[in-house]
Amino acid sequence: MTSAVSFQEVSRHFGSVRAVDMVDLDIVPGEFFAMLGPSGSGKTTCLRLIAGFEQPTSGSISIFGERAEGVPPYRRNVNTVFQDYALFPHLNVLDNVAYGLMVKGVGKLERQKAAEEALSLVRLPGYGARRPSQLSGGQRQRVALARALVNQPKVLLLDEPLGALDLKLRENMQEELKSLQKALGITFVFVTHDQGEALSMADRVAVFNDGKIMQIGTPQDIYQRPKTRFVADFVGSSNVLPPDFVQRYSGQHRWGSLRPESIRIGRAAKGDGVAARLVSTNYLGATTRLALDADGLRLHAIVPAGATLPKEGEAVVLTFNREHLHLMDEPG
Amino acid sequence: MRSDGSSSAPLGLKVAAACGLLFLHLPILLIFIYAFTTEERSFVWPPPGLTTQWFAVTWNRPDVWEALSLSVRVAAISTLVALVLGTLCAAAVSRTRFFGRETISLLVILPIALPGIITGIALRSAFSLAEIPFSFWTIVLGHATFCVVVVYNNAVARLRRTSGSMIEASMDLGADGFQTFRHVVLPNIATALLAGGMLAFALSFDEVIVTTFTAGQQQTLPIWMLEELIRPRQRPVTNVVAMVVVLVTLLPILVAYYLTQNGDQIAGSGK
Repeated sequence: MTSAVSFQEVSRHFGSVRAVDMVDLDIVPGEFFAMLGPSGSGKTTCLRLIAGFEQPTSGSISIFGERAEGVPPYRRNVNTVFQDYALFPHLNVLDNVAYGLMVKGVGKLERQKAAEEALSLVRLPGYGARRPSQLSGGQRQRVALARALVNQPKVLLLDEPLGALDLKLRENMQEELKSLQKALGITFVFVTHDQGEALSMADRVAVFNDGKIMQIGTPQDIYQRPKTRFVADFVGSSNVLPPDFVQRYSGQHRWGSLRPESIRIGRAAKGDGVAARLVSTNYLGATTRLALDADGLRLHAIVPAGATLPKEGEAVVLTFNREHLHLMDEPG
Repeated sequence: MRSDGSSSAPLGLKVAAACGLLFLHLPILLIFIYAFTTEERSFVWPPPGLTTQWFAVTWNRPDVWEALSLSVRVAAISTLVALVLGTLCAAAVSRTRFFGRETISLLVILPIALPGIITGIALRSAFSLAEIPFSFWTIVLGHATFCVVVVYNNAVARLRRTSGSMIEASMDLGADGFQTFRHVVLPNIATALLAGGMLAFALSFDEVIVTTFTAGQQQTLPIWMLEELIRPRQRPVTNVVAMVVVLVTLLPILVAYYLTQNGDQIAGSGK
């Protein structure tokens, strides 16, 4: 089967900066693919390479089997939802949505009908006559989505589309985007720096750092079986354990990771475990996050709200199920 | 805190403000009044009598019409040249980063900061060095140097406020470069270009210094007025023409002001 998007050893350098460095990537048609990473990790440049706003310095890109190098953005069957939405302020909502069809020469009645349908799809029917400036952030986001979808792209690119929305709206949009993607069956490629967003929405996640892909896998893979210290730390703030520590519990001299929620806290002098001291507690509502100091090693644990907690500064014993200790690929 | 309109400034301040305004505008009013005087050799106050005959005299003088027509043509062509070059330059400077970008930006604005006499002398010596005879086109070239600046300044300010991702969005939606310019860029900078163009027209229309160096035997309207001041007869004709010039240049500036009121500067209107 041909990939929706395929990168072979793609690099994009800006002067001496290697924004994207020898990336290999295969996005399956119809999947919801997230590119996750801190700012400057190359994820947005990858998105712009797919859109055609950037050309690779080396390597090859194909979109549904067709070579994409040198093909300008306006000849690619790919559409983008921009981070700042980039709506046209001089056009009303309907003309914004119909823009793609207008430049392709679709007749006025036909394109307005298609635009109305696209607006209904994003649950903004009847908003066509308004100006973008009269809409809220969430509504603009939907218009940007409709404007891209009306062209029936093979791949929809989303550049941090939820970044500017408040928390409640963001959660709603996450669900909506996901169900929209399922209903339309279009390949979505989604760029985000929010690991929670990537894990909850995507079928597969690529974790970027320094222009390279650190790991590609399902959200479960990435979360439970990080391959490197960076992935363990960036996705869900796992405890990264040094090789000496790991060797005591697994017998192997390798870096390990342990999820904060896998750590149980016990009173000191009660059974065997890791002796530690409680440094601080951080109340988060449904859970409480504890910072612990185990002989110089800083660990975090997350316990459900309502659990009886030792006082700050008190000595505690940490226990965990050895199955939860994940060994990473990085040797010690 | 907003000050209440009824209990505003003290009397002294009001008088001072009124005096300031009078000082600025009374001379212009005098020019208008002298257009109606019956005395044609010198301007005496008060005018011995009032008449509208100078309007008819002005209407029938072919030299006035020649000068007016030349000025309008020069202003129109210079504005057109400035619109094309200024917009292109603004687009390059605001959309791309390249070596020497700031320098080019400065060089484009320089003619408006430079005294007109320098521009004039520079152009004149350049023309004679290249053995270009003085003509309509040398005046247009001279005027275009500062007309470009106002168009450029207006366009660049607007382009900077226009998000770059809008152009990318247009390309992304299938529009090529020309379609993007026609459907996205132009509508967004149209009022800025109109304002810049009107200012350029007004600047060119009443320009004297650069014109004296770049015109041959031809007379634009301001040059004609300057010559007219030395002649002993039919002086009020100059005043009639002055009134027309004031109106012709004031209206575009007012329109430009209203067009760009939403935050844009009318850059370079001080020249």
